[in-house]
Amino acid sequence: MKLVTFSGPPSSGKTSVILKTIESLRHRDVSPAVVKFDCLYTDDDVLYRKAGVPVKKGLSGSLCPDHYFVSNIEAVVDWGLENSYDLLVSESAGLCNRCSPYIKDIKAICVIDNLSGINTPKKIGPMLKTADIVVITKGDIVSQAEREVFASRVQAVNPKAIILNVNGLTGQGCFELSTLLTEESQDVTTLKGKKLRFSMPSALCSYCLGETRIGENYQMGNVRKIDLEKGENSESK
Amino acid sequence: MSPSRKTINELLTAYPFLSSFLEDNNINYKGNEDKTLREIINLLDKNEQEELAINIQQLEENLESFIEQMSEFLSDDDEEVTSITIFPGTDKSGAPEKYESLELKKGEIVCIVGPTGSGKSRLLGDIEWVAQNDTPTKRRVLVNNSVPDSKWRFSISDKLVAQLSQNMNFVMDLTVEEFVTLHAESRMIEDIEDTVKTIISNANNLAGERFSKDTPITSLSGGQSRALMIADTATLSKSPVILIDEIENAGIDRKRALDLLLAEDKIVLLATHDPTLALLGNRRIVIKNGGIDKIIETSEEEREILAELEVLDKRQMQLRNALRHGEKLQ
Repeated sequence: MKLVTFSGPPSSGKTSVILKTIESLRHRDVSPAVVKFDCLYTDDDVLYRKAGVPVKKGLSGSLCPDHYFVSNIEAVVDWGLENSYDLLVSESAGLCNRCSPYIKDIKAICVIDNLSGINTPKKIGPMLKTADIVVITKGDIVSQAEREVFASRVQAVNPKAIILNVNGLTGQGCFELSTLLTEESQDVTTLKGKKLRFSMPSALCSYCLGETRIGENYQMGNVRKIDLEKGENSESK
Repeated sequence: MSPSRKTINELLTAYPFLSSFLEDNNINYKGNEDKTLREIINLLDKNEQEELAINIQQLEENLESFIEQMSEFLSDDDEEVTSITIFPGTDKSGAPEKYESLELKKGEIVCIVGPTGSGKSRLLGDIEWVAQNDTPTKRRVLVNNSVPDSKWRFSISDKLVAQLSQNMNFVMDLTVEEFVTLHAESRMIEDIEDTVKTIISNANNLAGERFSKDTPITSLSGGQSRALMIADTATLSKSPVILIDEIENAGIDRKRALDLLLAEDKIVLLATHDPTLALLGNRRIVIKNGGIDKIIETSEEEREILAELEVLDKRQMQLRNALRHGEKLQ
């Protein structure tokens, strides 16, 4: 079984892209399954089920979805192996732009959309910068010029990635993406011993543990303070 | 010497395009131009590095890949695309397509007709992916009569097809001038100021109503947006093939728009069911059930219809302008 991880900001079109890509894979007799990770709510599993794709979902609730993902992906891979799927797609929403859900030697795809603004590539961390393939969606509703500018910004922060324009509605580009998902990637038998490509956002302060009161006295653990005098902040005086 | 070991000053002198790379990667090098990338990153403490999620090793590798890609993009030794040839595959039911081969030459308008969902996108996809019997249609595409370089598939700056589709909009919050400048910068154009001027004046020649360089792009009318997109794509896009998905009749001189693209030696594919436009092409490709059903040469009789339509078109444009200027129609 091969494993690929899809990630990207909310509403960037991950599910549509995956569904259309899976359609192409099926024509090539690849049997896929999906696991959807989200934070508070998702009904994407319904969409997958409707398309006849075996799906599991996991909601991280009050936890960082990245941490939740990495603590559960191993079990999910075992589920995929037990059921002898050819390809397991994990889909997770990037919520804080600092997300870093990719695993070394496992194909990583970041989905972002043209509507998110040309400074977005600059703002997204490892989720975009360490991806193998960057899929850019919603190109049909912006101008050719904006598409080109957006893609060049993505290229500047991740020059090694393959950048594809994909239309999640018509499926244009999904066949091409499907060929890239299965080629040159190794079968996984276990994730044990594998490593993340980049450290995840760190946390663990009193607020992670349920504290609700505001004030210096209640802040413990990993706490960082804004410096209102330093760097560009000092200019505002 | 590897680029990673050069100072920022040396890098920017050798590769001026790196300023955008440094900016997009949030590298603040002001005051430290005499240092290398690694030295600058090391000036940040661990917390700051973590905050910016920077991995110096990866950044150095990216720097080198970026230099390589941009140098290739900027070099002029690329062979010019003069023709694209498409060999038949199959339609959705697996039946072979009924044409021998289809050659598209630069400076030519070819129309594509067929109902929605008939397979226009797939044809375009096959060209863009320079299909080698490896797409669902099993078509094969040659560039300049030879098996194409794989760069056409993956390079983001060298794409075979540029697209102007029907429901496109501008979404950025910029003026016309800022917008075209931004695009020109991303295409590494040398003479940005003049290019921007030319594009804006070309666009104004196409648009029914003039606009200034200070107009926000989001407040352009449909026709003005279309005019600007076409003028901008004609000049700045390197893609040899331009697909236009239906140009609506309102507020834009369509014949001039096409002439502008042809003057830049593009291959123009026009998906349209508007007879005036469809007859401007020498040929039209009829798509049915996912395959190319036939290729029709525009006949002399058809061209006579075109002359008729152009008269009607002109009359309509004239009435439209009269309405716009508050005149009585006559």
